[in-house]
Amino acid sequence: MITHPFTYQAPSTLEEAVEELGRSGDSKVIAGGHSLLPLMKLGLAQPEALIDLRRIASLRAIRTESDGTIVIGALTTHRDIAHDPIVRAKLPALAEAAGAVGDLQVRARGTIGGSIAHADPAADEPAPALAYDATIRAVGPKGRRDIRASDYFKGTFETALADDEIIAEVRFPAPAGRSGSAYEKFAHPASGFAITGVAALVTLKADGGIERAAIGVTGAAAAAYRATAAEKALAGTNGDAKAIAAAAAKASDGIAALSDLAASSDYRKHLVTVFAKRAILRAVTRARA
Amino acid sequence: MTATANPTYIGARVARKEDPRLITGEGTFTDDVMLQGMAYLTLVRSPHAHARIRRIDTAAAKKEPGVVAVLTGTDLEATGMLPVFITVPSMNGSKHMPIATDKARYAGDAVAAVVADSRDAAKRAADLIAVDYEPLAVVVDASKALEPGAPIVHEELGSNLVFTYPVKGGDVDKAFKDAEVKVSQRIVNQRLIPNAMEPRAVAAKFEAGELTLWSSTQIPHFVQLIVALNLGLGQNKVRVIAPEVGGGFGSKLQVYAEELLVGHLAKTLGRPVKWTEERREGYLATIHGRDHVSDVELAAKKDGTILGLRVRTVANVGAYLQAFAPGIPTILHVFIVPGPYRIPAFDYEMRGAYTNTTPVDAYRGAGRPEAAFLIERIMDRLADEIAMDPAEVRRKNFISKDAFPFNTISGITYDSGDYAPALDRALAMADYKGFEKRRAEAKARGNYRGIGISSYVEICGLAPSKANAALGVGWGGYESARIRVHATGAVQVFTGTSPHGQGHETSWAQIAADALGVSPDDIEVRHGDTFESPGMGVGTFGSRSLAVGGIAVHKAAEKVREKVVQIGAHLLEASPADVVVEGGKVFVKGVPEKAKNFGDISMAAYLANNLPDGMEPGLEATVYYDPPNFTFPFGTHIAEVEIDGETGAVQIVRYSACDDCGRQINPMIVEGQLHGGITQGIGQALYEAAVYDNEGQLLSGSMMEYHVPSAEDVPAFALDNTVTLTNTNPLGVKGIGEAGTIGSTPAAANAVIDALSPLGIKHIDMPLTSEKIWRAIRAAGEGRR
Repeated sequence: MITHPFTYQAPSTLEEAVEELGRSGDSKVIAGGHSLLPLMKLGLAQPEALIDLRRIASLRAIRTESDGTIVIGALTTHRDIAHDPIVRAKLPALAEAAGAVGDLQVRARGTIGGSIAHADPAADEPAPALAYDATIRAVGPKGRRDIRASDYFKGTFETALADDEIIAEVRFPAPAGRSGSAYEKFAHPASGFAITGVAALVTLKADGGIERAAIGVTGAAAAAYRATAAEKALAGTNGDAKAIAAAAAKASDGIAALSDLAASSDYRKHLVTVFAKRAILRAVTRARA
Repeated sequence: MTATANPTYIGARVARKEDPRLITGEGTFTDDVMLQGMAYLTLVRSPHAHARIRRIDTAAAKKEPGVVAVLTGTDLEATGMLPVFITVPSMNGSKHMPIATDKARYAGDAVAAVVADSRDAAKRAADLIAVDYEPLAVVVDASKALEPGAPIVHEELGSNLVFTYPVKGGDVDKAFKDAEVKVSQRIVNQRLIPNAMEPRAVAAKFEAGELTLWSSTQIPHFVQLIVALNLGLGQNKVRVIAPEVGGGFGSKLQVYAEELLVGHLAKTLGRPVKWTEERREGYLATIHGRDHVSDVELAAKKDGTILGLRVRTVANVGAYLQAFAPGIPTILHVFIVPGPYRIPAFDYEMRGAYTNTTPVDAYRGAGRPEAAFLIERIMDRLADEIAMDPAEVRRKNFISKDAFPFNTISGITYDSGDYAPALDRALAMADYKGFEKRRAEAKARGNYRGIGISSYVEICGLAPSKANAALGVGWGGYESARIRVHATGAVQVFTGTSPHGQGHETSWAQIAADALGVSPDDIEVRHGDTFESPGMGVGTFGSRSLAVGGIAVHKAAEKVREKVVQIGAHLLEASPADVVVEGGKVFVKGVPEKAKNFGDISMAAYLANNLPDGMEPGLEATVYYDPPNFTFPFGTHIAEVEIDGETGAVQIVRYSACDDCGRQINPMIVEGQLHGGITQGIGQALYEAAVYDNEGQLLSGSMMEYHVPSAEDVPAFALDNTVTLTNTNPLGVKGIGEAGTIGSTPAAANAVIDALSPLGIKHIDMPLTSEKIWRAIRAAGEGRR
């Protein structure tokens, strides 16, 4: 469990970090290190240079902009997100997902930017990022670029982020109107990663029926995805248990589900429907509260 | 009057003396040993489960900066073979070299060694070693290994059969002919990975003809013996130290290749050498446990009375026989299979098979959890078949308390027991009578709730040396202790046992304190250093330490006490019969105001100018204690589970256990052993499995895949005990180290099957993962709602 040799630097501004990243073809950005360091110890990642973001204080903050957008700095830890009063009030599915990451030590050190950049197919935070239609703001040599979450997750460890870009922040539009959201997870008993994690956001019509639903699913397929068939099936219904179950049953439609020792693809697809149902039920309950 | 007649510290919840240093990180483990000029060993391990080694090219590795030596099996034959301590009849033993020379027999078998100035350099050089393998056909499954035409793991043996071990009693054919009810079940006791918290580590230095070897081991004296014999050193020139050892569970009950290699390399290279296992490496190269497949048949009457039991089992021993491996599925398993029940006819045939997998040996409970699981599952199958309450089927067949000592149908003698009170107490703690209401409530939530009982008996106190000899165990089963009281009154206890989490420093101090009339705080217990020990120690395994090592301490302390009394009587001018030793004082009964301090007596023993005529100076005693019989602790465990009807996920919602380990020395330590043991046993029932693919690759190869349960997976345990003393030893103690693991696996599994029984489900193999349960529910036709 010894890494290959590498150089290490910890610049104090994002601009310097971007510059350093461009200098070498084989460098890696490190935030909490909870994904990268194990890969390096196993020899699966062998970067020549590590660029540590830890000194860039501006990336470690949660703020609300005038239009209500909640902006989470890339270096914000899962734990800080899970405990933040604004996130808990406005983005409860994100707070729940962040609170369900790994264990206390991982949450205290791992960051949202790291999780989203790494794009492990079983990471928690991609699900609420999709459900809330978050934007990933990346900074590169050509300046900043905003990527919609729905365009961002491409495959296992594959994203729309370019090699020379660094995630600066993740921007969550405040859910509008009478809305509610929730995250439900079936964790791998050993690793704690999501075998299935579902974030659901629902917006209600004046009569209490479902106007719109957004459902992000992680853990089930090579990349986190929006369960659009389930969203469509739910929109326009009265949002009762039967309607929710019928919509949730479509949450794994069309996916190529992962299969491993902990869960076969059949079982994963089934779990997606169960946890979609549970997430939607809680989201609707919250919206109606 | 002996100390146990009126104990002060025996039975008290004395805080563990070990904990402050361990909790504050001040313990010294083997990997903490740092010596000037130390070099580091790393091993190259075969990625193939079965492959002939054609050629090994070490040239590039030798050129790597920092490399001290690169060695292959042929360079290292001087270390000799790894030992096997048990020989059962008809056994085909395997040749087992520390580094394979001809072929690799499992993925993880070591094929080359690198020693370098740093771990980093050793790893880099290891990556440069090119091994030309000729992959061979692989056999993973033990039953398949015994079929004609299977790949042969050791060609010179001609087959993969290690042994056939039959044990019979009574007329089983007649029992099945007369049976009103027969139940049968194939029962898989899956392979497990021990996962001690501290990985293995070995360090050694060789100075002035003397080898000092540190190892994370449960048996430093055996390591000393084998290292001395194999490396051609006098036993007096090999000092083995087991410093803090962070758990073992049987996985450190070995003399491993790395111990011989590190010793040999330190000796031949002339500089200290250290090897520390990585966790993933440990998953491959440290022994595994269990791995039985049994066909079990039970014959009974309609009223639940057992008539006979027939079992055919194949045990997977892995690629080589390890130190105690021949004894685990035989001696420690077959004889205890009848458990707490009166079984009139018994026919068990155990076969062992070599396969291309990591060797299997003792893992917490070692043969006895497999026995308890087998009998407790089939008892539930019987209860289900005749629609009788599982608690009543057990009670009906219990050996009655007036039948002890009881000769079992398998041929051993249970010392003492009273099984029904432990069952009754556990049923009360579990609110067994109120269970059906809870099942109904769960059903209303869409869930399945079940309750499972496990009544067990286990074998501890290993072992009478003559019994060992009769069973093929190549060494005695005694234990040693020395108590030295220094002139100032400071007391040291030296023990041959070698704790790795059991708290001997506390328990042994309690035992000695009661004999010597001093506080446990004033007693230091030293262990794990063969140059400090009383002589030969056997070690800590099989829940033997208290019932053998603790008794040796007690007997040594009684000898010292006797001398204290004699000296006290002499100084107080009284009869020894009237002398009282307590509270750090020695006085004549009824005259405590004229007491001598304990330290006055010890000082007199060393001043030696005023001792009774003919008495030797000094105040110490050494005892070797060989137990006259095994001990047989027992108890009943009850698990209650709730299964998520949609996902199949199991939650243990309630757990109650009533155990009887005879007299308890420290109830807090007993409870700690049970907490850990129960959790570990639940791990087998619900989560853990070493899974290989057909090519012999370990798929569950890290802690990311292999779930070792933690506190959040289990409820608070409700624990109680009954006390049935044994007359095997003077303290009446039996042992508790493995009881939790033995009792809990069948309780948890029976609870899960009970929960699913309304669906007609009779059995599911462990681990009872959520997916397996979901599939079973779905197959039963009630999965989707």
